[in-house]
Amino acid sequence: MTLAEVPLALMLVGLIAYAVLGGADFGAAFWQLGARGGTRSEARREHAYRAMGPVWEANHVWLVFVLAICWTAYPEAFASIFSTLSVPLFVAALGIILRGTAYAVHAGTAREIERQAIDSVFSVSSILTPFALGTAIGGIASGRVPVGNAEGDLLTSWVNPTSFAIGTIAVATGAYLAAVYLAGDAARAGLDDLAAAFRTRALVAGAVTGAVALAGLLVVSLDAETLRDGLFGWPAILALVASAAAGLTTLELVRRGRFEPARYLASAAVAAIVVGWALAQRPELLPGLTVEEAAAERPTLIATIVGVALGAVVLVPSLALLFGLVLRGRFDREATEADAEARRGTVAPHRRPSGGLAVLALAIGLPLTLVAEGGPVQAVGVVALLAFVAFGSAALGFAAAAVAARDDDG
Amino acid sequence: MSPLVLAAAAPFAPVDQEYLFEARQMQALSFAVHIPLVCFGIAFPAFVLFMEALWLRTGDPVYRTVAKRWSKVMLALFAVGVVTGTILSFELGLLWPSFMASFGDVFGLGFTLEAFSFFVEAIFIAIYVYGWDRLSARAHFLAGIPVVIAGFTGSLMVISVNAWMNNPSGFTLEGGRVTDVRPLAALFGNDYLWHELVHMYLAAYIVAGFLTAGVYAWGWLRGRRGRYERVALVVPLTVAALVTPVQILVGDWAAREVAREQPAKLAAFEGLHEAEEGAPVHLLGWYDGEQVQYGIELPRLLSLLAFHDPDARVEGLADVPADERPPVNVVRVAFQTMVGIGFALAAVSLVYLFVFVRRRRLPRSPWFYRAVVAAGPLSVVALIAGWVTTEVGRQPWVVYGRMRTEEAITGAGSIPIGYASLVLVYAGLIAAVVWILRRLARAPVEIPAGPGGVAPVVAGPAQPEREQDGRQ
Repeated sequence: MTLAEVPLALMLVGLIAYAVLGGADFGAAFWQLGARGGTRSEARREHAYRAMGPVWEANHVWLVFVLAICWTAYPEAFASIFSTLSVPLFVAALGIILRGTAYAVHAGTAREIERQAIDSVFSVSSILTPFALGTAIGGIASGRVPVGNAEGDLLTSWVNPTSFAIGTIAVATGAYLAAVYLAGDAARAGLDDLAAAFRTRALVAGAVTGAVALAGLLVVSLDAETLRDGLFGWPAILALVASAAAGLTTLELVRRGRFEPARYLASAAVAAIVVGWALAQRPELLPGLTVEEAAAERPTLIATIVGVALGAVVLVPSLALLFGLVLRGRFDREATEADAEARRGTVAPHRRPSGGLAVLALAIGLPLTLVAEGGPVQAVGVVALLAFVAFGSAALGFAAAAVAARDDDG
Repeated sequence: MSPLVLAAAAPFAPVDQEYLFEARQMQALSFAVHIPLVCFGIAFPAFVLFMEALWLRTGDPVYRTVAKRWSKVMLALFAVGVVTGTILSFELGLLWPSFMASFGDVFGLGFTLEAFSFFVEAIFIAIYVYGWDRLSARAHFLAGIPVVIAGFTGSLMVISVNAWMNNPSGFTLEGGRVTDVRPLAALFGNDYLWHELVHMYLAAYIVAGFLTAGVYAWGWLRGRRGRYERVALVVPLTVAALVTPVQILVGDWAAREVAREQPAKLAAFEGLHEAEEGAPVHLLGWYDGEQVQYGIELPRLLSLLAFHDPDARVEGLADVPADERPPVNVVRVAFQTMVGIGFALAAVSLVYLFVFVRRRRLPRSPWFYRAVVAAGPLSVVALIAGWVTTEVGRQPWVVYGRMRTEEAITGAGSIPIGYASLVLVYAGLIAAVVWILRRLARAPVEIPAGPGGVAPVVAGPAQPEREQDGRQ
C-alpha cells in the first residue's frame, strides 16, 4: 500500500463501520415498518429503540468521518462525486434529517396516533437513506461519475441497474444485520419471545439478502463491465467468496440460536462486500483518475494519517467502553434498591468555592485585553478573562443555587 | 506537477450557475438551524454537570432532578444537532464542489479531527444519559466530562476552518492551482482562529444560558416559583450573566483583528465609504452607496474601537474595487444588531449580578423576569447576526482574497428544488424540536426524598454530615 492509499484504507474502515453499525440502525427501523399497535409489535418497537438508543449517534458519525477524509485526501474525487451525484446524496441528507428528528422526538410520544406517525417517518426515512446512499455508491462503482464539476449525468448516474441493485442490497443487509443484533440483544436480556421473533426475521432476511446479493451480481455483470471484471478477478473474488461463506455460516448460527458469534460473522460478511468493491476498483477512484493522481500532497496525507492515528487513541477505548457497557447489558437492567443506595452521592462536608480567584483573574484579564495589540499579552489577558468566567461561575453559581434552593423565598 | 493533475484541474473551472443566491441562502439556512443547537452542544453539558456537581457536593436531590431532566433535553438536542451538522458536511460538496476540489486538502484536516470530537461527544453523551441509575455516582459524573471537553475541541476544529476562510494561509496559489500545502499552519497557525473561537465559545454559553433561564423566568411570571424552578433559573443565568460582559471585551478584540486583516469587512460594519482619520460610528441609519443616511453620528468612535486610537486611519469601502465589497447594509445591520443586543444582555446581566452580590437574593421585579424571557430569543438573534456579520462580511469571497464564491459553486441545476425541500424539512424539524421540548417540560417534576427520608430543607454546609453517616 502506498502513502496515497492509506487514507483510502481508513475511509474503507469507516465505511465498513458505517455499514455494519449504522446499517443495522437503519435496519432496526425497517422492522417497525407497517407495525400496528398490539403488545407484541409494541414490545419489538421498544426493544429496537432501546437497543439503538445508546449507540446510534456514534454509529452515525462514521459517515462524517468518511466524508471528511475523502475531501481532505482526495478533494477532486469528492467534488466530482458530490456534484454529479447531488440528487441521491441530497435525498440521503433529507432522509438523515427526518430520521434523526424522528428519533429525537420518539421518546415524547404519548398517544398511539403520534407514535404511528413518528414511527412511519422513522421507518420510511431509514429505508430511503441507505437506498439513496447505495445508489450513489452504484454510480461510482459503475464508472458513471467522471472527474469534474457535475460532469456526469444528474439522472442516469444513479438511476441505473447497478445503482438500484446496490441500493437494494444496502437496505437488505441493514435489515438482516439488525435482526441478528436484536435477536442477540433480546436473548442476552432474557426476552425469549423477542429473541424468537427476531430469529425468524434474521433467517428470512438472511435468505432474502443472499438472493438479492446474487441477483445484484448478475445485474452488475450485465450493466458494468469494468466492475464485473474486477469483482470476478483476483483478489476481489476472494472477498466475495469470504462474504458468501460468512453469510451462510451466520444463517446456521442464527438457526441454532447462537446469536453472539452470529453478530460478528454477519458483520464480517458485510465488511467483505465493501472490501471486495474496493479491490475490484483498484487502482482507479473514478474513471481516468487513479488513487495516486487523486491524492492530495504529501503534507496533507501525512497530517491526515497522523491525525486519525491520534484520534484513534481516544476513539478506540471510548468505543470499547460504550459497546462494552451495551453488550454486557449494563444499560438493560433496572436499578435495584441496593444499587440506588450505592450510587448515592458521596457527600463531603463542603466548602463553597470562593470568588477570590475570579476577582484576581478579572483584575489581570481586563487591562491586558484592552491594552494589548495581539500577541502573547493578548493571549494572557483572554485566558485570564476565561478564568474569571470559570471561577466566577463556580463561586457565584454555587452561592446562587444555594439561595435558590432555600425553602422560604425566591 | 504532473500533467494529469493539470488535466484534472480544468473540470473545476468556474461554471455558469443561475442559482448562486439560492445556494447561499440554503447554506445560510442550514447554519442558522445548526448553530443554536451547537450552542446547546457546547454549553448545556456543562450546565448539567454543574447541577450534578451541586448534588454530589450538597446531597440535595433537587439538583439531581434538574440534572436528570436536563440531560434528556441535552440528548434530544444533540440528536438533532448530529443530523443538522451532517447536512452541513453534505452541503460542502453538494453546493461548493469547486471550493472543496481546490482547497479540501488545505483545510479538510480540521473536519477530519472534528469527527473525533464528534465521536467522543456522541459516545459519552450516551453513556451519561443512559448511565443514570446504572453507573456509580462518580463514574457517571466523570462520563460527562469528555462531553464538555469535546464540545470545546469540536468548536476549535470547526472554527479553525472558518478562520482560515476569512484569513487564508498555509498554501501557495500558482496559476490558479493550490500547491505547497501546509495544513497545520493553515488551520492552527492562524491569528484569526483565537478570537473567533473564544467569541463563539462564549456565545454558546450566552445563548444556552439565557434560553434556559428564559424558560424558567417565563414560569416565574406565571407563578411557578418552586425550588426546582428557582435552581434551574439561577445556574444558567449566573453563567450567562458572567459571560456576557466578558463577551463585549472579546468582541472588541475581534473587531480590532478584523480591522487589521479584513479592512473591507470593517468598513462594511460601519458603512465607511472613504478612508478617514478619526472615523465616526453611525448608530442606525442606512448606507446609500456613498455614506450613511439618517444615522446618529458618534465622532471618532470607529477609529477608537478599531485601533484604540481616536485619530487612527480607517480604510474605507472605496479602497477596494467595487466588485470586491461585501453587501454593506446586510453586514452593517447585522453588526449593529449583534452589538446592540450584546449591550442589552450585558445590562440585564449586571442588574442580576448587582442584586445578587449585594443582597444575596434574586431580583423581585417582574420586569427583570420579563427581560430574562426576552434575553433568550434575543441572544439567538445576536448569534445569527454575528455569523451574518462575519460570513456576509467575507463576501464576495469564499476564501478571502483568493476564491470568489461564484467560483466555488456546483454546476448541478438542482439547487432550487433542494432549497425548497430543505426549507420544508427544516420547518418540520423546528416544529418537532419545539414539540418534544414542550413534552419533556410537561412531565411532572418528581424530587425524590433525601437520603434521610425527607427532602433537605437547606442546602447548606451543616446538612450533609448526616448523609455521610448514612452512607457509611
